[in-house]
Amino acid sequence: MEKFTFPSNIEDIVRAVLFIFALSAGFILFLIVVFMFKEGLPLFSRIGIIEFVTGTEWNTIDDVYGALPFIAGTILITIGALIIAVPLGVSCALFLAEIAPGWAKKITRPAIELLAGIPSVVYGLFALVVIVNFIQITFDKPTGETILSGSIILAIMILPIIISISQDSIESVPRAFKEGSYALGSTDWQTIKNIILPTAMPGILAGIILAMGRAIGETMAVVLVIGNVVRLPSFLEPGIVLTSVILLEMGEAVIGSLHYNALFCLAIILFIIVFILSILSNYILSRSKIQIR
Amino acid sequence: MFTINPRVMDKIVKLILWISALLIILILFSIIFYIFLRGWNVMSIEFIFGWPREDWEQGGIFPAIFGTFYMVFISLIFAMPIGVGASVFLVEFTRNEKLINMISTLVDSLNAIPSIVFGLLGLALFVSYLKMAPSVLAAGLILGFMILPTVMRTSEVAIRSVPISEKEGSYALGATRLQTIRFVVLPRALPGIVTGAILALGRAIGETAPIIFLVIMTPAMIPISPLDPNNALTYVLYMLAAEQTPRRIEVAFGISLVLISIVLFLNYTARFINNYLSRNINR
Repeated sequence: MEKFTFPSNIEDIVRAVLFIFALSAGFILFLIVVFMFKEGLPLFSRIGIIEFVTGTEWNTIDDVYGALPFIAGTILITIGALIIAVPLGVSCALFLAEIAPGWAKKITRPAIELLAGIPSVVYGLFALVVIVNFIQITFDKPTGETILSGSIILAIMILPIIISISQDSIESVPRAFKEGSYALGSTDWQTIKNIILPTAMPGILAGIILAMGRAIGETMAVVLVIGNVVRLPSFLEPGIVLTSVILLEMGEAVIGSLHYNALFCLAIILFIIVFILSILSNYILSRSKIQIR
Repeated sequence: MFTINPRVMDKIVKLILWISALLIILILFSIIFYIFLRGWNVMSIEFIFGWPREDWEQGGIFPAIFGTFYMVFISLIFAMPIGVGASVFLVEFTRNEKLINMISTLVDSLNAIPSIVFGLLGLALFVSYLKMAPSVLAAGLILGFMILPTVMRTSEVAIRSVPISEKEGSYALGATRLQTIRFVVLPRALPGIVTGAILALGRAIGETAPIIFLVIMTPAMIPISPLDPNNALTYVLYMLAAEQTPRRIEVAFGISLVLISIVLFLNYTARFINNYLSRNINR
């Protein structure tokens, strides 16, 4: 091999460049914050913050902007998704971690990873054609484009997150805990209920919070199936959420207009909610690791 | 009050757990099967390699396939050097726990940002601030921002898993830190880094919301310069589904099948490379 040496002071240069690279994630976050606020904040010279967050009317012709229908829609659709996905996901994680024979694990794990890899717009198309019709026929409604349809497809999309994080935290419960329980004559279920679930709970909770953030931020799967009618939401009626209104209305909003500012303010709300959830789940996860060890 | 025999209860719960896992597999296979079935109807050589006609309702989707790959190629060119460089810094150049934790929090936070917020960043940064028209470069950069956390996480794991003994061996031979990174650390971590790149690629190909204001549907075109606008599979799929007619839905399922096939192929490749990596390390 030919001789290959670096001049000695080049190490400092490389170190500096790589340090800048390491800060790039922070720089992009900074860009996001700066541009969201730069484009969003002019709204509040015309509309008060409280008025914006609690207002129920959204009218682009009269320039009246209230965000409550979108916030409420996002909350309801996420609650619906969690009600479906949490029991199913945690059961599946328990199955994989505690009782699944090797062959069942070998089928289930890749299947779940595949579920995580399907693009969200493909989920949206599937939900539009299958779930929407299902809801319409089952509940005998004029349209199946409802908040519930969105909750169902979101539940399917967040299952992989809940399952993989729950499974990891269930598997990190120390063997000695379980063996102690079995030595006292407990059945598998008694061990799961009294030992495994309480010990793994912080990790499971962190997974659920992370999944919640994903559900709140999901756009493409939701926008195709919820009908996008601006109103205070209920499960079996068409509704609208933060992400879908941004996607649908940003194309027609004139850059710099009050409408444009208001849409960026919705993104700020979205950003703040998701940011807090992410910090919270990381905090719980890092603490639970210490406790488990 | 009656109590259930613990043994019976145990059986019931296990049954429920089995059913929940089966249900999830059933959901997955019905989604895949349904998309495959509906997508297969429109699948042909012309559909993959042909030019779209009548507003993408007839003919092929080649410009969207080409545009998607061009765009994610740019996102990788942006994210790979920065992501790998950042992980080299975190593993090899610093022992400052506080700094490492801070950067890792930032990376996690960036990873949690909703995709539509990246879309707005693209609009505000490239269109409104830099006065750029939609282009492959802008769309690719936004996707690059978005996959950066994935690249950083996976390459950091890969670089950390290089055995210390090999690095020490290199230092013992009188190699400098840079020589050790160049000749020991990076070659050893390469399979893991490539796996991460493929996973990031799969994610970038499937994204719609981040690029929605930066790609176009008409005219169908093959971008040459990075400043040309491009078509993207996911965006065309969304537009077809949003204003549905039976024919548009058929084409949308065809595009879905193409997308899922690409993602499946990438996942399989990543798994293959990853297995190769773990075999190497266990040796």
